[in-house]
Amino acid sequence: MQTLVAQTGAAPSLFSPEGVVGIIFLLTVALVVAGAFIAVNSKRLVRAVAGLAVCFTGLAGVYYFLLSPFLAMMQMLIYVGAVSILIAFGIMMATPEEQQSVGMKSRSALAGPLAASVSGLLFAALSLLGLKTEWQVFPREGAGDIKAVGLALLTNYGYVFELISVVLLLAIIGALVLAQKGRN
Amino acid sequence: METSIWRALLYLVGIMAFAGVNAAWLGWCERKGAARIQRRTGPMEAGYQGLLQPLCDGAKLLSKQLLVPQGVDGILFRVAPVLAMIPAITSMVVIPFSENVGARNMELSVLLLFALASIGMIAILLGGWASGNKYAIISGARSVSQNLAYEIPMLVTVITVVMISGSMNLRDIALDQQGGFWHWNIFRLENGHFVTMWISFLIFFICSVAETNRAPFDMAEAESELVAGFMTEYGSMGFGLFMMGEYLNIVVGACLTATLFLGGWDGPFGMTSGIWWFLIKIYILIFTFIWIRWTFPRVQIYRLLNLSWKILIPFSMANLLITAALIKVF
Repeated sequence: MQTLVAQTGAAPSLFSPEGVVGIIFLLTVALVVAGAFIAVNSKRLVRAVAGLAVCFTGLAGVYYFLLSPFLAMMQMLIYVGAVSILIAFGIMMATPEEQQSVGMKSRSALAGPLAASVSGLLFAALSLLGLKTEWQVFPREGAGDIKAVGLALLTNYGYVFELISVVLLLAIIGALVLAQKGRN
Repeated sequence: METSIWRALLYLVGIMAFAGVNAAWLGWCERKGAARIQRRTGPMEAGYQGLLQPLCDGAKLLSKQLLVPQGVDGILFRVAPVLAMIPAITSMVVIPFSENVGARNMELSVLLLFALASIGMIAILLGGWASGNKYAIISGARSVSQNLAYEIPMLVTVITVVMISGSMNLRDIALDQQGGFWHWNIFRLENGHFVTMWISFLIFFICSVAETNRAPFDMAEAESELVAGFMTEYGSMGFGLFMMGEYLNIVVGACLTATLFLGGWDGPFGMTSGIWWFLIKIYILIFTFIWIRWTFPRVQIYRLLNLSWKILIPFSMANLLITAALIKVF
């Protein structure tokens, strides 16, 4: 399996393995974009969360195409399985009457085009940055399996790993403080 | 041979057939089991001992009108039953039925199964919410809080198995347990004296009963409180898909338990290993699922969550520490 970005030259035939892989890649990207559009445009919050879940699923596919299946699985497990579910859960707990329109009242005619142009510019700039920069290529850690990931995390990237655990600790303490406040 | 298109097609058809047959006839098994436990006869009319009943039920469900009530969220209402079914079938791709039977030998298959299981949770949540029905929404919320609570001890116990086998590949985990029941992870006394693994097995099995929303953990469809929970508004094949998804989840749960703890396709005395042992093990486990359902009463949601957060999670954490220590010592 090769990443499509690395391929140059003529487009592969539709019925060759490369062609099928390419179609699947395009489907994944379409999933990300479609999910993002649903998440942004739908007025019903739960639908927006469903769109977000679709977007996350597509992102997992993109990770898989970047040859890191572990990251893809974790994306599914954490973002689809936990984050979007928790968001949906929060919405269901907060507003049982879902039809209340969400902040669409005082919007000038310029808001839409302005937002579109800003995001378009941002997208163009990021794409340009991605394509033009001479990226420093890091060596691949093992075969992308968890053994290699674990070894790398506990040796080369031990400092980062410890920092992440501190962040998690802070999050837990913060949650406890917030919960305590709500109780009084 | 690995890359041949025929192999892929064969496995596709085989897995679909396995899933379909199980989804249909496990319903029959459940009704027969329930009848046996309640001293009834169960379905008797269609075929010998009612064996053709699933076909009749299927024909009836298929010919029924697909009713979408007013006030539901049309798209999500239709998508949810499909979402309940897809992950369960997809999971079977990575399950090693025997040493030579298994569609895909994947390095991270354990992780993939849990990633797919989380999609099943979304199906219940969306189905419940899209129905626009009070009972269905309560059921969705209950089911999510329950699934989140039980996923934690489940994953922690899986980590003990992964540590012992040193792999997240289901096939490798099963290969690691070959050669008789004393090699299986549940009893595992060879290379390491893992005396607490049966606790892991117990926690994992309880969690898999809870994850598949089966009684006594079927808070999501508690019919005496919530009509039929998230399935209240569903009729015809929408309901059918949810039911089939539930049975397939049970099959996947049983396959996972058999592979992680009971040696996969390994024969108990180290001989005649093969796919039949795997099938025997998973059907014993599935029978246990049915047995538990019709024997124990449903518990309250609070006690259910307390069981997970206050008992199963501490125990599984302690078990993880003990197992890690045992690996270090021996």
